[in-house]
Amino acid sequence: MYRAMASLGFAAESTYKGPLKLDGDPKGASVVILGAGLAGLVAAYELRKAGYHVRVLEYNERAGGRCWSFRGGDRYREMGGFEQNCEFDDGLYFNPGPWRIPYHHHAILYYCRLLGVALEPFIQVNYNAYIHAQAAFGGRPQRFRQILADFQGHIAELLAKIANQNMLDLPVSGEDKELLLAALRSWGALDSNYVYRANEFTSDRRGYDKDPGGGLSGQPVPSQPLDLSDILRSHVWRRLSAGNTYEFQSTMFQPVGGMDMIAKAFVREVGDLIQFNTKVTAIKQDERQVTVVHQNAKGGDSVSTTMADWCLCTIPLSVLSQIEMTVGKPMIDAISAVPYAAAVKIGLQFKRRFWETDESIYGGISYTDLPIWQISYPSSNFGADGKGIVLAAYTFGPYAFEFTALSPVERLKKAIEYGAQIHPQYLVEYENGVSVGWHRVPWVLGCFGTWSESAREQHYQNLCGIDGRVVLAGEHASYLPAWQEGAILSAHDAISRLHKRVIAT
Amino acid sequence: MGITSVSHITRPARCIISLLALSFSAAAAQTSDGSFSGPVRFGQQDGEVIYRTICQGCHMPSGEGAVGAGAYPALANSPSLAVAGYAAYVVVNGSRAMPPFGQLLDDNQIAAVVNYVRMHFGNTFTDVMTASDVKSTRH
Repeated sequence: MYRAMASLGFAAESTYKGPLKLDGDPKGASVVILGAGLAGLVAAYELRKAGYHVRVLEYNERAGGRCWSFRGGDRYREMGGFEQNCEFDDGLYFNPGPWRIPYHHHAILYYCRLLGVALEPFIQVNYNAYIHAQAAFGGRPQRFRQILADFQGHIAELLAKIANQNMLDLPVSGEDKELLLAALRSWGALDSNYVYRANEFTSDRRGYDKDPGGGLSGQPVPSQPLDLSDILRSHVWRRLSAGNTYEFQSTMFQPVGGMDMIAKAFVREVGDLIQFNTKVTAIKQDERQVTVVHQNAKGGDSVSTTMADWCLCTIPLSVLSQIEMTVGKPMIDAISAVPYAAAVKIGLQFKRRFWETDESIYGGISYTDLPIWQISYPSSNFGADGKGIVLAAYTFGPYAFEFTALSPVERLKKAIEYGAQIHPQYLVEYENGVSVGWHRVPWVLGCFGTWSESAREQHYQNLCGIDGRVVLAGEHASYLPAWQEGAILSAHDAISRLHKRVIAT
Repeated sequence: MGITSVSHITRPARCIISLLALSFSAAAAQTSDGSFSGPVRFGQQDGEVIYRTICQGCHMPSGEGAVGAGAYPALANSPSLAVAGYAAYVVVNGSRAMPPFGQLLDDNQIAAVVNYVRMHFGNTFTDVMTASDVKSTRH
């Protein structure tokens, strides 16, 4: 399939070249992998397959790292000691980290297929979800379809006016001008006078005041477009393109039953290689070997070491920058050059799927300028009786820092307070919730590495290069920050180069 | 060669920094003001409020820091705060995994929070920094 795609020129969209091939006999070489997130798990799988002796040291008592799902009964203790007990009902889950997979993230999709992880569509764009601005439209949430249709329609009308009055400078003239007018009519749902107004044509885009029905009372009633000025001043047009970017274009996927299904699948393959509850305190190397110094992550002073020929270190840089390493200054400087971004996700369980029954919102995302920033509805079990989990906040920047500084109880209170402005049902239907402020996550101290342009220029090559017997991988060692694909591709790249070196020695 | 694991003798116990308990408002202990001032920059002006709204997320409500796979340094009883300019430099530019706040907070806000931290949590650095002191730490 990938060869066919290459001949059509589509392979240019990703660096993934197909399943990894590590040819040649490593002759019993050993690798210690630090971290059992996706980079470490993929590396363990591929290196063992290629004939290496592999051991993985992982801080947590589970594998997956940020590939993580909450279920009822899970306990989470964040830095500072604040504890949360997840009380979700059986069968429900929440992904506090990665939650969607683009169609062009070929490597992770390949491993899902290989390891039997079932995927289902992740609904990114829902025309019936809301866009909300506190200071616009009386604070009333508008439907995505209304904002999109009206924004496009008004713009089309403006442009048609300009074109018709021959005020449009070259390069649009003659036949192109006629085509432009026809395109604007079609794109913007303009009438025969190139006007965007209330009629069945525009209602067919934005929705009706009364939907078409059957029989005597079946006649639809068109709806009234919003004013262009109101739309522009509301700033809600900022949210219109969310589904247009390469990363968020349909079709998107999620694993059935939780993102951590991917981690669990890898554990079935390489779980025997993983030593859990292991906190790395030093990574040393000399001409002969690598020595990793570690302790029990749960406490106690007993120190252990693990030796191997090579080391693939996937520890996030937020943590790694505090670990003593025998590597050159360029790599140390690179590790120290990457701040970690703040992010917060909050998941709330509700007694019923009111967003479906009351508001006909099936999956997808509502946007708001409230500090929660967005609300996302489950992409599966549509129409099911019973409870559901909603992503009640997913935010970066100042709002994320603020949520993180609150206690878990206060975060939930705020998520409910803000969300109730969009869905008043929150106040009656809320049952319980969990929150993750990523700077308080004990094993990553932040959400993901943020590279400035100058940091990339100065440090990225030094971060990724093999230093003696040590090489790094992880989303921070990729051009896909915060994406699992970045972690996987960085692992592929790192172990390919490592393997070349091993075969050559 | 294969993987070998060796257990060493126990290390000396670490000494624990003693902390001052800090009381905030009568409301829920040590919370931010929950004001969520804006999406791009922080609007809070008071040093203590800024600490509670942002800094305590990592450095914790009593400035005690926290330890996981990595650690957030304690700001309580901290000799590293002796030079106000250094503290401001770190807030503006970040340090290793700590993000830079120079674009999210202005000079007045940074002076306010640095002054607050240096006079609380067991710190008693009495020299007060001004907004223009902060400005000189920016590139």
